[in-house]
Amino acid sequence: MNLADTHAAKMEPRSAKIFWTKSRSKLAGDLITYIIIAFLSLIILFPVFWMLSTALKENSEVFLFPPRWIPSVLLWDNFPKALTFLPFGRYLLNTSVITFGALLGQLLSSPLVAFAFARLRARASTPLFILVLATMMLPWQVTMIPMFLLFKNLDLVDTFVPLILPNFFGGAFFIFLLRQFFLTISPELADAAKIDGAGYFQIFSRIYLPLSKPALATVAIFTFMSNWNDFMGPLVYLSSNEKWTLTLGLSRFTGMYGLTAWNLLMAASLVTVAPCILLFFFAQRYFIQGIVITGVKG
Amino acid sequence: MNLAMTKRRTRLGVQARKEERAFFLFISPWLVGFIFFTAGPILASFYFSFNFYDVVTPARWVGLLNYTDLLKDELFWQSLKVTAIYSVGSVALGILASLFIALLLNRNIHGVAVFRTIFYLPSVISGVAVSLLWMWLLNTDFGMVNFVLLKVFGIHGPSWLMNKYWVIPAIVLMSLWGIGGSIVIYLARLQGIPTEFFEAAEIDGAGYWSKLVNITLPLMTPVIFFNTITGVIGSFQVFTQAYVMTSGGPNNASLFYVLYLYRNAFRYWRMGYASAQAWILFMILIVLTAILLRTSSRWVYYEAG
Repeated sequence: MNLADTHAAKMEPRSAKIFWTKSRSKLAGDLITYIIIAFLSLIILFPVFWMLSTALKENSEVFLFPPRWIPSVLLWDNFPKALTFLPFGRYLLNTSVITFGALLGQLLSSPLVAFAFARLRARASTPLFILVLATMMLPWQVTMIPMFLLFKNLDLVDTFVPLILPNFFGGAFFIFLLRQFFLTISPELADAAKIDGAGYFQIFSRIYLPLSKPALATVAIFTFMSNWNDFMGPLVYLSSNEKWTLTLGLSRFTGMYGLTAWNLLMAASLVTVAPCILLFFFAQRYFIQGIVITGVKG
Repeated sequence: MNLAMTKRRTRLGVQARKEERAFFLFISPWLVGFIFFTAGPILASFYFSFNFYDVVTPARWVGLLNYTDLLKDELFWQSLKVTAIYSVGSVALGILASLFIALLLNRNIHGVAVFRTIFYLPSVISGVAVSLLWMWLLNTDFGMVNFVLLKVFGIHGPSWLMNKYWVIPAIVLMSLWGIGGSIVIYLARLQGIPTEFFEAAEIDGAGYWSKLVNITLPLMTPVIFFNTITGVIGSFQVFTQAYVMTSGGPNNASLFYVLYLYRNAFRYWRMGYASAQAWILFMILIVLTAILLRTSSRWVYYEAG
């Protein structure tokens, strides 16, 4: 495509066919671009396809070499089989409780804090906001051990509390994201409400929250994803089997079945990630928005 | 007039104080969380790093012993080496690949949104499921990666995760599958570059490469810089892949830093030793970020105003 472009650039001077040449080289460039992107897309999509294909295979068919792309018989039975071997329903329930607890916590706390940083004037505002940003850089491992010891002393290890409770105190990433969003809301709206006698909390709950649904959706989605997929947290805190989450159960699956039942393993993995994939397809723009707000303006 | 001004100032002062009180009330959840779940644990972690503490018996002050022991610990150095190699590989290749794809997607072609969805999809399925999937793809005898290598290139692929030379490249390869987030960020930045810049350059006769090198890339450097920092920090915290896929093996060839830290803390209950490790990690990340910030003025281009 570059060759074509340079070529076009050389041809350009005072040619009567300048537009035609240009569009033809653009067409050639586009075609090559399409081919490369389509090829890369296939590579990216293939593992997902392979996950599904393996999940639907009979065990003997899994170990064919050369592999069979599409199972000769679609064994949908693998799904109930994979899910009944483990107490999957239990894990699903546990994961849901933790995830929705965390969701509630983040949605109650982060917007409040973000509103203060976006709209309330205080001398300590800037240094404290820098502190918020600094904690985003802090590796989780530094606080992990004292947090564990703290919850152990409170006798809360092997409960969901250590995984849910910290979410009620706001997340630096979400505070940052929401603050950026709140700053785009015209302050005149708040001033007008203030003249009408509205307090800060009313301005926050009646004006800022309703106008920020997209940003709140982004926060909800990211909280959902990170808690649903969390592994190290549950691994550290949950020891008894009936408290395990889906990710913990999945990681132990290999230990129980050995590394041979790839079809069941892939079936269980697919069920685990299905909510995230569905969420992504239905709420894609909130994902993109979240990444862009925090990524580019960061 | 002077009196009126003072009067107004005090009235403003009352208003400002009221607003300041509201500010602290609103941020109080974060403030409490910061004290109990961030600042407190940071100090505690620092304290524990100078103690022997096995959770059962009371902590015992040992001074710098944990740190000096770590410096003599071969596994510590191994974990640092593994993580550093992975970090350089995954961050550098990740930036190159995601920039390349973002530049392709930015060529005003149709269906950009569809392709963006496809490239972002793997980032949605993260953690344990991805690790299991790649264990299967990288399987020595029946894995798809080795099948493709054999069919397309006629190469007998290595036993990836079981081979001490190939295990880190394998995990780097797997990390490249999840670069969708960076692609989205780069693409958003690319689409934000004013077209006038390019039009002006075209009038001066600039071709594709010239525009790329002189306009696009310089304008992208702040985002590349940001992605480098977050990428390095993220790569030093790799855990799930190592825990699920290799347990640090073979022969500690994939003993990532945090995996070794986790083992010391929650398998051997050497809380002081692990705290020292956490603090060294913290220091490493601060130093790396500082170095990146220092050198950034040489290669990061900030638009004036």
